Amino acid sequence: MLPGDLKTEQFSSYPAEARKLVTNYLPALRRLPLSFLPSLLREAIEYDFKFPIERKAIEAELANLGSLSASELQDWFHAFAHISISPELEQSDWVNSPAQFVEQLSAYLWTTHQQDAFRKAALEYADRLRAAAPPEPLPMPRLGIAVIGQGVATSAEPLFRKLRPHGVYFNRVQPENGLNLLLNAVSTRAKAHPLSYGHWYVDGGQADRHDQLLTCVSYKGLDTARAELLRKMRAEIARPGMGPETLRSVMAQIRPADLGLNQDDAVLGRFQVKLLTEGSGTQIFSTTFAQWTAREALRRAQPLTLLVRFAPRQRQKPMNELISGRSNQVELDPAGSLVDADMGAYYNWLNQQRLPGAEQSSFLAWFENHNEAVAIAPSLPRGTESSTSADLATMLSWMS
Amino acid sequence: MMEYLPKSARGRASSPREVARQLAVSRRDFLRTAAGVALGGALLSSTIPAKAETSSKKRKVIVVTFGGGARDQETFAPEGQENIPHLMRELIPQSTFFTQVVNRGILGHYVATASLATGVYETINNFASLPPAYPTVFEYFRKDLKRPSSDAWVVAPSNGFNRIGESNNRSYGPGLGARVILPKHLLTAAMGGGSGDYEHLLRDNYETPFFAPELRGGEFELQQLEMILKLSVDDFKAHARTLSSPDELSVYVARQLMRQVAPSLLWITMHDIDVAHAGAYSLYVEGIRRTDRLCAELWETVQSEPEYAGKTTLFILPDFGRDSDEDSAGNGFQHHRTGDPLSRTTWMMAMGAGVREGVVFDRAAESTDLVPTLGAMLGFSPSLAQGKPIQELL
Repeated sequence: MLPGDLKTEQFSSYPAEARKLVTNYLPALRRLPLSFLPSLLREAIEYDFKFPIERKAIEAELANLGSLSASELQDWFHAFAHISISPELEQSDWVNSPAQFVEQLSAYLWTTHQQDAFRKAALEYADRLRAAAPPEPLPMPRLGIAVIGQGVATSAEPLFRKLRPHGVYFNRVQPENGLNLLLNAVSTRAKAHPLSYGHWYVDGGQADRHDQLLTCVSYKGLDTARAELLRKMRAEIARPGMGPETLRSVMAQIRPADLGLNQDDAVLGRFQVKLLTEGSGTQIFSTTFAQWTAREALRRAQPLTLLVRFAPRQRQKPMNELISGRSNQVELDPAGSLVDADMGAYYNWLNQQRLPGAEQSSFLAWFENHNEAVAIAPSLPRGTESSTSADLATMLSWMS
Repeated sequence: MMEYLPKSARGRASSPREVARQLAVSRRDFLRTAAGVALGGALLSSTIPAKAETSSKKRKVIVVTFGGGARDQETFAPEGQENIPHLMRELIPQSTFFTQVVNRGILGHYVATASLATGVYETINNFASLPPAYPTVFEYFRKDLKRPSSDAWVVAPSNGFNRIGESNNRSYGPGLGARVILPKHLLTAAMGGGSGDYEHLLRDNYETPFFAPELRGGEFELQQLEMILKLSVDDFKAHARTLSSPDELSVYVARQLMRQVAPSLLWITMHDIDVAHAGAYSLYVEGIRRTDRLCAELWETVQSEPEYAGKTTLFILPDFGRDSDEDSAGNGFQHHRTGDPLSRTTWMMAMGAGVREGVVFDRAAESTDLVPTLGAMLGFSPSLAQGKPIQELL
C-alpha cells in the first residue's frame, strides 16, 4: 500500500489522541513519500505518551506539512521520493507497525547502499522544518548539572578534560553539603517555572531526597523492572529460533505493566520502559543508564533543568552472566565508573547544547565530595582555571 | 552547532567525502608529529626503500582486524595517543600507514569482516550464520596457488564468525576456504561444561548485548586443540587462566598456530574494543589499550618465529570506525549506527616484508582494496573482488 491509499479506518488501532491527530491531517499524509511517512507515524502513534514539548513539535510538523503547496511539497521531499523501497516493505503493515517498518527500512537502506542518500534527505528535512517552525523562547535559561565520582577517593587521571576548554575549572570547591545545595537549586528553579516534565533529577543509584516537583528517574528505583526485563530476555533467548532482531522486536512490545511499573504516570512509565528496552547497556551498567537517561530526557522532554548524579556500576563480567542476574553479590567498579561518568558528563553537556537556547545555557560538573568542578556559562570565561574557594550554591549564582 | 564540531569537520567540510578527507589529513598530521613518519603522497618514486622483497611463494601474510574500531580522539589524536603507545612508538614507525580507508558497506561486524575478506561489499544478514556470498581471499589464495587447507587460517571470536572462511560461491566455496578456529569454542570444550575461572574469556558479542547465544564446544574442538595446536587440555586451561580477555585468548591461539602450523595466510579478528556497545567508556578505552598491546605482541612473535621472520607482511585495520560525538543521531563512542563519515572512515597499516617504513598516505582507499592488494602480493587473482590493488604497497 502507498500513502495515497490511506483511509481513516486504517488508524482505528491507534491510541485515541494519536488517532484524532493523524486523521485530522490525512490529506497531508497522503501526499508524502513512503520512504518518509512511516518515520512520522512512528512518532505520531506514540502521541498519547509523549512529553508536552514533543506533542507540540508533532503538531507543528503536521500543521507545516498540511500548509505546503504541491510545488513546495515536491521541493521538500524530492530526495525522499528518490529512495527506492522494496515491494515487501511496501506491502508491510506500515500504518500499524511504523517502528517495525522503519527498522526494516534501515536494514534495506544499508543493503542497497541508500543509507547516505537517506541520511542527507533527513538532515535537509530537519533543517527546513527547524526554519519553518522555530522553537518558542525559553522561560529561563537551561541549566545542566552532572555529579560524578560517587565513592571514589581520588582520581587517577585529570578530570573534566573535555569540558574545561568551554568554561572555568575550579580546584577549591567547598564540597560540604554539595548534593543538597544542588538539589535545592534545582527545586528553586522548578518552583519558579513549574513546567510539566521541565525539571529532572536522574540518579544512577539510589535517589536522594528531592522536591516532588522534579521528574525523578533512578537506577535503583527501576531495580524490580530491570530484574523482570532480564528475566523476560532470558526466557526469550532460550526459545528456539530466537535471534537478536526478533528479540529486539519482542522488547519493543513491552509495556510498563509488563515490568510492574507504576501506571500513575503513563508518559513517564513509557519513557522508563524505553530506557531499558531501547538503550544498550542500560539494563546492566548504572553509568550507561544515567548517561542514556540524560540523553533521552534532553532529546525528548527538553527540560529546563537536569541534574544527573552518576553512581558506581557493577564490574564487567561476561554478558551472559550479567543478563542472567545469577550473582547475588554485586561487585562495584568505582574507578572505572568515574571514567565513564566523566565522559557521560561531557555527553550531557553536548546534548544540552543541541537544544534551543544553547547560547544562554549553563552547565556544572562536580566531582562529588571533592574540590573539583567545571562551570560553563555565558557569564564565565572559557578555558580558564580558578583557585577561588566557593561552595556550589555560590558557583551556581556566578553562572546565572 | 558548528562550534562543537571538531576542527577537521568545520568550515569547508560540508560533504561526507570532505569530512573524511579532512579526518585523514588530521590523522596524518598527528602521525607526523608524534610518530615521526614521512608524508608519502609524492614519494612513489621514493628514496625510502621497502623492506627486502620476498618471493610470493615464500611470503606470508597476517591480517589483523578490529571489530568496531576506535576513534581518533581515543587513539591518534594528541589526547588519545596515551592509549596506543605500542602502535605509536613501535609499529607505526615501521609501517606504511593509510589514513583514509573508507568502508562504504554495511557497518555490522560480521558483514563488514566478510566484505574485507571478499573485496566486495557484502549484504548478508549481519546476525545470521551465513557464509559470504562472494569468494573469500582464502579461496582465491588456495585455488589459484594450489595451497592445502592448512595454509590458510582464521582465528575469530566465536559468535557468527564460524562461516567467515569460505563462501557459497559456486566456483569456489566448499573445500577451498580457510580453516576457522574459534578460541572461545576451544575453551568451552576444554572446560567440559563448567566455566569456572574462565568466564572473563568468554565474553560475548557486544554488538548485540541483548542477545548472547550459548557457546558450544565439543569433540571437534578438542581435536583441534590436541592435533593442530599440540596443546593438552590441561596446558591450555592453565595458560588460559593467566589471560584477561577474549582477544588475549585469540592471540594466544594464533601464536600457537603460527608455531605449530605456520600458515602462509593468517587472519585474526579482534573484538575486545566493541565492549563500547555497553556504553561504559572506561571499558572501551581498556579494550583499545589491550588491543594496542596485543598487536605489538603479535609483531614480536612474527619477528621471533623462524617461519615468519623476514618474510611476513602484517596488515592491521579496523573493520570500520565509530560514531562521532558530534552526530546527534548517535551516542558518541558507543555505537556505529549513524553511517556518518567518522564511522565509515578508518585506517590501515602494513608492515614487514616488501613494505616501506615510516610512510603515511592520506589519499582515499576502500576496505575492498585489501583483497586485490593481497592478490597482487601473493600472486593470485581475486577476479570477483570490487576493489583495486593499493599501488603504494606493491
